[in-house]
Amino acid sequence: MTTEVLVQLRDVVKEFPVKSGSMFARRKERLQAVAGVTLDLHRGETLGLVGETGCGKSTLARCVVRLLDLSAGQVLFDGHDISAASHRELAPYRRRMQMVFQDPYGSLNPRRRVGSIIGDPFAIHGIGEASERRRKVQDLMALVGLNPEHYNRFPGDFSGGQRQRIGIARAIALRPELIVCDEPVSALDVSIQAQILNLLAELQVELGLTYLFISHDLSVVRHVSDRVAVMYLGRIAEIAPSEALYERARHPYTRALLSAVPAFEPDERREHAAIVLTGDPPSPVDPPPGCRFHPRCPRARARCTNEEPQLVSRAGDGPEHATACHFPLADGETLADWPASGITA
Amino acid sequence: MSGAPPIRGRGPWELAFERLRQDRAAIASAVTILLAVVVALAAPLVAHLTGHSPIEQFSETGLSPSGIPVGPGREFWLGTDGLGRDLLVRIAYGTRISLLVGVLASALAVLMGAVVGIAAGWHGGAVDTFLSRFMDVVLSLPFLVLALALAALVGPGLGVSIFLIAFFSWASVGRIVRAEARAIREREYVQAARAIGASSARIMFVEMLPVVSATVIVYATLLIPSAIAFEATLSFLGLGVPPPTPTWGNMLFDAMAYYKVAWWLLVFPGAALLGITYAFNVLGDSVRDALDPRYEQTIRSGGGDAE
Repeated sequence: MTTEVLVQLRDVVKEFPVKSGSMFARRKERLQAVAGVTLDLHRGETLGLVGETGCGKSTLARCVVRLLDLSAGQVLFDGHDISAASHRELAPYRRRMQMVFQDPYGSLNPRRRVGSIIGDPFAIHGIGEASERRRKVQDLMALVGLNPEHYNRFPGDFSGGQRQRIGIARAIALRPELIVCDEPVSALDVSIQAQILNLLAELQVELGLTYLFISHDLSVVRHVSDRVAVMYLGRIAEIAPSEALYERARHPYTRALLSAVPAFEPDERREHAAIVLTGDPPSPVDPPPGCRFHPRCPRARARCTNEEPQLVSRAGDGPEHATACHFPLADGETLADWPASGITA
Repeated sequence: MSGAPPIRGRGPWELAFERLRQDRAAIASAVTILLAVVVALAAPLVAHLTGHSPIEQFSETGLSPSGIPVGPGREFWLGTDGLGRDLLVRIAYGTRISLLVGVLASALAVLMGAVVGIAAGWHGGAVDTFLSRFMDVVLSLPFLVLALALAALVGPGLGVSIFLIAFFSWASVGRIVRAEARAIREREYVQAARAIGASSARIMFVEMLPVVSATVIVYATLLIPSAIAFEATLSFLGLGVPPPTPTWGNMLFDAMAYYKVAWWLLVFPGAALLGITYAFNVLGDSVRDALDPRYEQTIRSGGGDAE
């Protein structure tokens, strides 16, 4: 893995306007789905992005590929700022970054033939003659493990896993450098998940792809990622190389998430009992002051309620492991070791 | 799917057509419509066979000595009208006008509705607000009053009728297509198309149009009978295709003076109008069922599954 940076996110903010109140006393509020994310994506790596539903991971993904306009901050692709690029200016970058979607049923137009769907990138970017396109599409279908003879079928004729292969074929058609995978396997049967993950891994080697891999499934992320970033309420809570995150998580939220992964063997080395977080994540319309996690954090102190922790690496963790917490957990320390504070009461 | 050699997938259209072919009501209405088309095309042949032109007045044979229309018989199969013209030949020619106006007006209406609806649904925002309010205005117009005023202003005629009917019909299609387009806009396949770099025009025509076309086809079929009835209304009021060209509407109007002594003047054109509009309505319902199998299933399985 090289350390060349392919994508840089600089304080990316994405807000959505929310209307509330009655018709006459309408208040305009803003929902901060992504609240200042700074992140580097290295060429050739797989960066896993995990977090609960609603934490902003899908919004962040759509900001990266510019399906959404940023409210603030920058996205740099290969050194070029694309955060304010127009539709026309984005065209060359569209060829270099693609997306695989979560829902294999929703991401393929049911009224169009598969060959035509996979051929879209060629048609839109004006590549090749009709006959040449057909051959290219069939090559792609073979590459992702589909029968090229099924070129003229409709998405309805395929299973969920096959549909996801179609989505992947469409994404790799223009040989992009970056593929953002937004929960690519969470809608699939477990037996099919492994096949799709293996396909993605093979394609990464073959085509030199960089993945931003979004999931709420920690075991899937662990399996595929070189590095993992944990998101909570629009911000990165912790980011670390995969092994380090799973072995030496520093952020209480990361610990809680990891402890929620079901164990296949009871004596597996892990914290004694699942840490059950109380309550739901606060509303991103009205995020708590200070550390966004403090209302649910068993380690929260007065400092956590008024000072927002920065994402920094601790001494001894190495530069790749950064945590946004005032009171990170030490090696061997568990969440239960910390005396309950007055904040959570 | 039989895993046999033919690899070409049976698309949603083919499957819908397959379902339609098994629907007896659809077959019956399609046959009726086909019959009407044959009659319309063969109208000159009917005139030739009977030896009567549609506008020729047979004051000797076609009227009784006291000037009353003659009833159905060997000479005039469906009788004659108040001027001694052959009713059968006139109905055959009237079929041409009705089908022409029905098909063209509903095609025009559906085209306008689809274009405006997709544009409003895809763009959203100010474009949507403007187009939606415009459709509301068109829908709220008292169509008959306005159509009469407009027809009186520009003068009656075939083209004017078609345009008027289309103008007062497209907005209902537009509203439905708009709602559907708004839903499609949020689908992941539209997002995927945008991620690849598709233009707005491409998304509207390549991604959205095929999906809304099922709705559009159903509406096109259902608009034809209302357009035919609309045309008959205009003709009845003397604002459609001007006489002596026979239309079902002006034939019914002529019948008003004689129906007490000549029932056939009311019954035969009326039956033709009723038959064709009914056939199109039944076909429209069948097309909708065929294109949206879920709709059919909910009706059929609703009671059974609940038990």
